[in-house]
Amino acid sequence: MNFEMLVFYVLSTILLFAGFRVVTARHPVQAALFLVLAFFTGAGLWLLLEAEFLAITLVLVYIGAVMVLFLFVVMMLNLNIEKMRAGFWGNLPLAAFVGILMAFEMVLVLTVGGRSVGASPQPHGPGYSNTKELGRLIYTDYVYAFEIAAVVLLVAIVAAIAITLRRRTGTKHQDPAMQVRVKRDDRVRLVSMPAEKEL
Amino acid sequence: MIIAMPDLTPALPEIFVLIMACSILVVDLFLTGKNRFISYALTQLTLLGAAWITVTTSTADVTSTFGGLFVDDALSDVLKLMTYIAVSVMLIYSRNYTHVRNLFNGDFFVLVLFALLGMMVMISASHFLSLYLGLELLSLSLYSLVALQRDSAQATEAAMKYFVLGALASGLLLYGMSMIYGATGSLELAKVAEAVQQGAGGRTLLVFGLVFVVAGLAFKLGAVPFHMWVPDVYHGAPTAVTLFVGSAPKIAAFAFVLRLLVQGLPSLVHDWQGMLMILAVLSMAIGNLTAIAQTNIKRMLAYSTISHMGFLLLGFLSGSLNGYSSSMFYVLTYVLMTLGTFGMVMLLSRKGFEAENLDDFKGLNQRNPWYAFLMLLLMFSMAGVPPTVGFYAKLSVLQAALQAGFVWLVVFAVLMSVIGAFYYLRIVKLMYFDAPTDREAITPQPDMTTLLSLNGLAVLALGILPQPLMALCAYSIQHSLL
Repeated sequence: MNFEMLVFYVLSTILLFAGFRVVTARHPVQAALFLVLAFFTGAGLWLLLEAEFLAITLVLVYIGAVMVLFLFVVMMLNLNIEKMRAGFWGNLPLAAFVGILMAFEMVLVLTVGGRSVGASPQPHGPGYSNTKELGRLIYTDYVYAFEIAAVVLLVAIVAAIAITLRRRTGTKHQDPAMQVRVKRDDRVRLVSMPAEKEL
Repeated sequence: MIIAMPDLTPALPEIFVLIMACSILVVDLFLTGKNRFISYALTQLTLLGAAWITVTTSTADVTSTFGGLFVDDALSDVLKLMTYIAVSVMLIYSRNYTHVRNLFNGDFFVLVLFALLGMMVMISASHFLSLYLGLELLSLSLYSLVALQRDSAQATEAAMKYFVLGALASGLLLYGMSMIYGATGSLELAKVAEAVQQGAGGRTLLVFGLVFVVAGLAFKLGAVPFHMWVPDVYHGAPTAVTLFVGSAPKIAAFAFVLRLLVQGLPSLVHDWQGMLMILAVLSMAIGNLTAIAQTNIKRMLAYSTISHMGFLLLGFLSGSLNGYSSSMFYVLTYVLMTLGTFGMVMLLSRKGFEAENLDDFKGLNQRNPWYAFLMLLLMFSMAGVPPTVGFYAKLSVLQAALQAGFVWLVVFAVLMSVIGAFYYLRIVKLMYFDAPTDREAITPQPDMTTLLSLNGLAVLALGILPQPLMALCAYSIQHSLL
């Protein structure tokens, strides 16, 4: 076992632990923080595979933006944790049984057949730019997939606006155009009254 | 660096739909209440234009472009045309329904068009990436369409369930795909098939990935035991959206299964045959038996969908060209029947009233004999009663399964379809032999009446003359899978 293997196993252990804690953590903020740890360790694994650009993107986008947003939301919503976890212990035995069974089956399937993954790819020389190669592939061979992914994002925006944007009836708001266009008759009502009471 | 421009001609329909969807998104901003029909007309025009482009650019041979991510063959042309028709019919049926429920707006049409684009991408995919992205585009649009009726707690709950379970299924599918990629070293379906043929990567890893892929597929099809979302989504969504979820995406799901299992992993046929068999048996049994207990017609039709998906899988698991083309025939006729049935549910609904209970069909014959007759045809077809097309659809998948030697499976399927006939015929009984509880006059739009009549009669006409459609299915399968 060389140094690289050692790093891989250390990172994998932390990743598995963090993933487990995301599900079992008592408090949502803790769960979100463990998710940050899981992402970060995952980025470490990608670095080991020489996917530097992807690793840094994972840290910047997921940890830097998505998870911070996530933490904000979790902190702003007043979540009733006790209510959310009400069924947790009741369902735990069944869930644990199913989970352990599935893990056992996976191990069985993958170990009985022996290791059957193809030969690992050769590492590239020092002058090789991973980022440049990725960019070239995205804009040439995979341009179709890239475009469709863009459409998926567009749909996400349209859907988010369509579902959340609403004009509530009965809210008080100003309409500057109406304010500018106002006429005297809208504001003042002239009532003709006799000057004095008739005697 | 010189970049070779990919050949765009085969993908022209997709490009056209995308451009039109974006244009409608912008045009709709400038429209107010009464002018909304412009968005509707533009959407219908888009479908017409896409159909025209698909017909004019269609060729008999298989063309691949975008570096092997996109394929244009006879199968994709036929399925795309059917998808346009299904979406167009759905829009006509739901025009009045969405109008009175404040859903008749740009968001609805744009999301429908994006969902259509997702389906087209799935139908024309020849690569794991494009398959997955098309599926996500379709699913994302469907989730938001279900949630579009914001003030309905039922719709929101349905959308939430659909979204969470759908995300889980996508995860399973991706995990399976990554396993297959690990074993074969390619994401392109043709290369994956070649690598599997040559025994690359070892069977263990491949079968391991296959299990996850089939689980993901079963979820998207709504086959037991991955069916739990179907009744809730069908029930909770506005009927127009239910009609959409239940019709055109089934064609895309058919293409998805065909591309992934038949084109991508043909050498593993004996492995996925067994898995599909379990799914088919469970779907037919649970779908038909649970449908009997339903009192809500949308839930009943949801369970009936599950059982129909079981029948669809029968064609696949027979593993022959004949089987695939009978599956294709099945899915096309199923979409035709679903369109008519949900069209009828929307016809009986009106402002502030949803005709979603079986009792709402009571005495339909006294209220309007013609609609009752059309519904009778549709129900007979769903049940598979002879002069209608549903009979031939069932017959052809059963024949294919019999040729593959699954006698017990065929016997079981016939038994289950006899059980299923009960709840379809119950609607016929309610329509003809019970007194109506609701005596409100039915006042449909003329375009809807015409189309619904055509739809009902098509079920009968195709039942008498099934040959042309069957020949078309056989032709497109034979010219695409070689």
